[in-house]
Amino acid sequence: MSELFDLRFLADHAHYFLFIVLMMTGLYIVVDKTNLVKKIVGLNIFQVSVFMFYISIGKVSGGTAPILPMDDKFHVDTEAMAGIAYSNPLPHVLILTAIVVGIATTSLGLALIVRIREAFDTIDEEDITHIEQDMTREDNAKHGNAMGGMA
Amino acid sequence: MIELFVNFVLFTMLVLTALAIVRIDRLFAVVMLSGVFSLLSALLFVTLDAVDVAFTEAAVGAGISTVLMLSTIALTKPVQKKPRHNALVPLIVVGVTGATLIYGTLDMPAFGAKDTPAQNHVAALYLERTPTDIDVPNAVTGILASYRGFDTLGETGVVFTAGIGVLLLLSGLARRREEEGEEQ
Repeated sequence: MSELFDLRFLADHAHYFLFIVLMMTGLYIVVDKTNLVKKIVGLNIFQVSVFMFYISIGKVSGGTAPILPMDDKFHVDTEAMAGIAYSNPLPHVLILTAIVVGIATTSLGLALIVRIREAFDTIDEEDITHIEQDMTREDNAKHGNAMGGMA
Repeated sequence: MIELFVNFVLFTMLVLTALAIVRIDRLFAVVMLSGVFSLLSALLFVTLDAVDVAFTEAAVGAGISTVLMLSTIALTKPVQKKPRHNALVPLIVVGVTGATLIYGTLDMPAFGAKDTPAQNHVAALYLERTPTDIDVPNAVTGILASYRGFDTLGETGVVFTAGIGVLLLLSGLARRREEEGEEQ
């Protein structure tokens, strides 16, 4: 752990620490807030922070975006390519896929929230827990004897 | 050096936006701020050389997901309640998780290093062969559509499944509302 006090080491890893701070803000929203829409927003923050972390692994200092130079016949100019440093395009591809999958899962979550509001008339997690406890208590009062005291 | 400065300014703005999202109770403001968060992260992606990711994030994160969340709060309630549970437990959970993750990053290679395992595997090969194999200037497009085309096919499957799920969940919403109205 002694390397934590080395300035050079800190400068090299500061980006990762900051991504994790953002990630934890998202996680805090998911764990602490009871409103379901806000939980989805928290999940989105967490997700985008993971994307930034992943993209940062592919970054090459002094490099540029992986878009290759073209010649006047619209073919890639391999001679002009030499000597240019490009950042790693592979994390970019994987994260592009992840962003689209992320929006698909977000929309599914939001649709579930709309259905929950229809069934419970609330989108607050603690309210839903109370309603479900009341329902179980009612069930016990009605059918408890027939089930041997448990339902 | 200037790049590092830009990154830290963007980080400060991202953290402030995230903290504002934590504090604010009106969901409309929360959704707008999450759009701002996506746009700021798109800027950060540009400084990290991921231009394709940046414009996808700007279109999908700041555009589509904001619209989806706005339509959700239009169908539900626009204000959140204060949580009634103990506020200390989530803070402890988040603190422990964050400390563990930061401990994990101590072993990572330095930011922007050229000789990391991530740079030395297939990535260099893709960059080298894209001009002859595919002949498109954008290496990301070459990998996405050709070298890793099956990934993209699988992604299409996921999006299709999610679309069907949303349709099944929401179909009959208007009809059920009308029936409820007649009963009352």
